[in-house]
Amino acid sequence: MSLDIVVFGAMFVVTLGSALAMIFARNAVHVALLLVLSQVGLAVAFLLQGAFFIAAVQIIIYAGAIMVLFLFVIMLLGVDRREALDEPLRGQRATALILGALLTAQVLYVAWLGVDITFTGGGQEAIEAINSEDGNVLGIGRVLFGRYLLPFEVTSVLLITAVVGVMVLARSIQSVTLPTGTEEPTKKTEDVVA
Amino acid sequence: MTEVPPGYFLALAGLLFTVGVVGVLIRRNAIVMFMFIELMLNAVNLFFVTFARMQGNLEGQVLVFFVLVVAAAEVVVGLALILLIARRRASLDVDNVRLLKW
Repeated sequence: MSLDIVVFGAMFVVTLGSALAMIFARNAVHVALLLVLSQVGLAVAFLLQGAFFIAAVQIIIYAGAIMVLFLFVIMLLGVDRREALDEPLRGQRATALILGALLTAQVLYVAWLGVDITFTGGGQEAIEAINSEDGNVLGIGRVLFGRYLLPFEVTSVLLITAVVGVMVLARSIQSVTLPTGTEEPTKKTEDVVA
Repeated sequence: MTEVPPGYFLALAGLLFTVGVVGVLIRRNAIVMFMFIELMLNAVNLFFVTFARMQGNLEGQVLVFFVLVVAAAEVVVGLALILLIARRRASLDVDNVRLLKW
């Protein structure tokens, strides 16, 4: 019991602290690494609540694949870009901070009131029973390929659409940057862009 | 499983979502704003897992998968768009992209 609280507290501090530090980090690479840290903290939160498979997926897909994609793009575009500090919309940052503080107050107020939702299921014990009987992965598979089979198949259409869309976008990059018969594509790229 | 009440996890998820909103509003770099959107999606995943624990079945955990798929598709298309815009405008600042035409 007490150990649980300690783990939760450490996870809370790491996750929220790195998320807050993301706002103030100047370098885009630092922001990406802080986001990875925050996602590892969230994986601990999933573990604490018995979502073992989701925790593994969180680390493999989010902290692994997606963040590597982000870092690739950051490196591709150059890491030493400075962010503009002027404000085309005057007072935008101050307004954002005030609204953010307001939203935080609302969240904390709701959390303090407590969530009053009627749950019909068995609660925490039901999840514990599934996890110890069949295992988390088997349980998720039964739900995913049973009741959610049609949505699962539809997501494949979404992924195919995304892949085709990116291929079309990447082709238009090539047609701009690589005119036919050039020997040095990088030089040409800068010429065309300039 | 943990004895920590679900409300604590819900509070953490709400705070993370708030940080994501503020980050999108404050930062200018398109990639950094995109990362804050990822943070918001992560916060929603924590909501789903916590509600699954309160409800006592695995449907909330299954919904996390669908959020994950949508996030992956969104990241791939979004980063390709950012790459295209950054190559043409030589800048990642979202304020430079306001004409939808260049």
